[in-house]
Amino acid sequence: MEWFRKSKPPLDSGTKKNIPEGLWTKCTSCGEIVYSKKMEELLWVCPNCNFHFRISSHKYIELLLDNGVLETYDDNLTSKDPLKFKDSKKYTDRLKDAQKKTGLKEGVISGMAHMDGMPVSFAIMNFAFIGGSMGSVVGEKVARAIERSIERGVPLVIVSCSGGARMQEGILSLMQMTKTSALLAVLAEKKIPYVSILTNPTTAGVMASYASLGDAILAEPKALLGFAGPRVIQQTIGQDLPEGFQSTEFFLDKGFVDKIVERKYLRDTVVRLLKFMWRK
Amino acid sequence: MSERPYLEFERPIVELEKKISDMKDFSVGESIELSGEIASMEKKLARLRQDVYSNLTRWQKVQLSRHPKRPYTLDYIELMTTGFVELHGDRYFADDHAVVGGFAHIDGQPVMIVGQQKGRDTKAKLYRNFGMMHPEGYRKALRLFYLAEKFNVPILILIDTPGAYPGIGAEERGQAEAIARNIREMSRLKVPIVIVIIGEGASGGALGIGVGDVTMMLQYSWYSVISPEACSAILWRDAGRAQEAAEALKVTAEDVMGLGLIDKIIPEPPTGAHSNHAAIAATVKQEILQAFDSLKGLSVEQLLEKRIAKYRRMGEFQE
Ligand SMILES: [Zn+2]
Repeated sequence: MEWFRKSKPPLDSGTKKNIPEGLWTKCTSCGEIVYSKKMEELLWVCPNCNFHFRISSHKYIELLLDNGVLETYDDNLTSKDPLKFKDSKKYTDRLKDAQKKTGLKEGVISGMAHMDGMPVSFAIMNFAFIGGSMGSVVGEKVARAIERSIERGVPLVIVSCSGGARMQEGILSLMQMTKTSALLAVLAEKKIPYVSILTNPTTAGVMASYASLGDAILAEPKALLGFAGPRVIQQTIGQDLPEGFQSTEFFLDKGFVDKIVERKYLRDTVVRLLKFMWRK
Repeated sequence: MSERPYLEFERPIVELEKKISDMKDFSVGESIELSGEIASMEKKLARLRQDVYSNLTRWQKVQLSRHPKRPYTLDYIELMTTGFVELHGDRYFADDHAVVGGFAHIDGQPVMIVGQQKGRDTKAKLYRNFGMMHPEGYRKALRLFYLAEKFNVPILILIDTPGAYPGIGAEERGQAEAIARNIREMSRLKVPIVIVIIGEGASGGALGIGVGDVTMMLQYSWYSVISPEACSAILWRDAGRAQEAAEALKVTAEDVMGLGLIDKIIPEPPTGAHSNHAAIAATVKQEILQAFDSLKGLSVEQLLEKRIAKYRRMGEFQE
C-alpha cells in the first residue's frame, strides 16, 4: 500500500520528515494521515493535533509580507573558514552542501518589505542551512537588518529558527550574540519596535540573544524553545524531563513569550501589534 | 609545592621538585655538601619547565584553566582589593552562589566586582554549583551593574565558568532571557567595564556577564562558543574526544587574541597561575589598573560608541 510517500524535501525546506511532498502526509507528531494538498491549504499545520510542520523561508515570506514580496539585501555575504574547522567533514564542504541543498548562500534571508502598508526590516532564519546556526554571516545580516531599522526608523521583524551559535566558527559565533544584542539596545533607545517570532526550534545562542529581546515575542505552537538542549539537560540532571518541557506552551506559562500564535494568524497579529507601537 | 601532581604533564616537574626539596632537607640535616648537585638539578628543572610549558597543547591549557589550585574570583578579590562588601541576591528569586559580587577598592579606587566562583572541596563545589550560573545569577549581576552605573562606579568582571547551568529550574526561570538581557544591557552601561577571563570562559554562560570595554585573558584560560567536551559530544557523539575539539575550536588566549576579539593576554607564572597566587594576582591587578586608566579620558558618549563599534566589527565573512 502506498498511501503516502516519504520523499525528499524541496529546495530551501526543513527536515525530511517535516516536509513530505507525496500525495499523503503523515503527521510526525500524532501520526494522522492527511491529503498533502489539504496540508498545503492548512499552511502545513496538522488538522488533528495542531503541530506546525517546518516550512520554507519563502513560504513565510509569502504568508507574512505584503504581496509576498521581500526586497532582499546582503545576498552575497558568505562565510569564511577562519578556524579551518574540520570534524568528520571540512566546514567549507559543509557550507557547500548546505548551499546546494537550500539554494541559499547562508542561513538567513533579510531585506525590506511591507506589512499592511507599513515598511519593515525583515529577517528570517533557515533551519535547513546547518541547523539554522548563527555564524558570522547570520550575525552580520541580522545586524544589518537592525541597522536598516535604525537608519530608516521602521519596525523590525525577525523570524527565528535555529539550534544556536555555529560551532564551526568557534568564538566568532559567540560574538554575534553581542553584536546583534548591542544593536538592539540602540534600536530600543530609539523606540523603534521589534517583533520576534519564534518557530521550531529556537534555542541556545539565538534564543539567548536577539530572539529573546523583542518588544513582543510571538511563538508558533508546540515549538522547542530554550537555552540548553533537552538532551544536555537530561544528561546533566540524570532524570527524565517533564512532559511538555521547553515547548512554546511551557514558555508562555513561565512568562517568556507574549503570545502563542497559529501560523495563519501570524501576519495579522504582527500587524496589529506594530500599529500600537509604531507611527510613521 | 604540591606533593601530588594533578595533571599528567606536571608529573615529571613535580617529581623533580620533590627530589630537589628532599635533597635540600638532607643536605641541611646531615650537613653534607650537595650544593653542586642541587644547582645542576635546579637547572634541569628550569629546562624541564621551559620544555613542558612552552609546548602545551590547547587541551593541556584547558586542563590548566581547571587546575583545582588555580586562583578563583574570591582569591583575586582577597589578593587584589580591600574593603570588599559582598552583595547578594537578585531581588526576585534567590541568591545564586555561582556568582559573587560587591563593592571593593582596588589601589584606592572603588569598583564593582562581579565574577563566577568555583568551590575547591566537594561541599564548596556543590554550594557554588561548579561556577555554573542560573538565571537569578545573571539577574543578580545585572542588579549590581545597574547599582554601579547609578553611583558611577566602574565595573570589573572576572570570568570563570564551564557554562550556564543546563537544568529544569534554569529553563523555567528563563536562562536564555536572562543572558540575552544582560548582553544587551551591558552594551549600554554608562560606566567603564573591564573583563578578565581568569579560567574558563564557556559560551553564553561567560558572555552573560562578559560585555565591556577591555577584555583580557589569562595565558592559560580559554574562551569558546562551546566547551570542548560538549562540542565533542555533538560532533562525535563522544565527550571523550574533547582534546580534538579543543584543537578544532581554537579556544586558547592566543587563538582568541589572534582573531582580534580580546585586547590582551596576561602572562602567568612559568608553571601556571596555580603555582603562585600572589604573583598572578599582582600582575592581574596591574593590568586592571592600566585598563581602567586607558578608559579614563573618554566621555560616556565616547565610551559607549567605542564599545558598540568594537562588537559591531566582530565576525569574518566575504561579500
Ligand atoms: Zn498531528
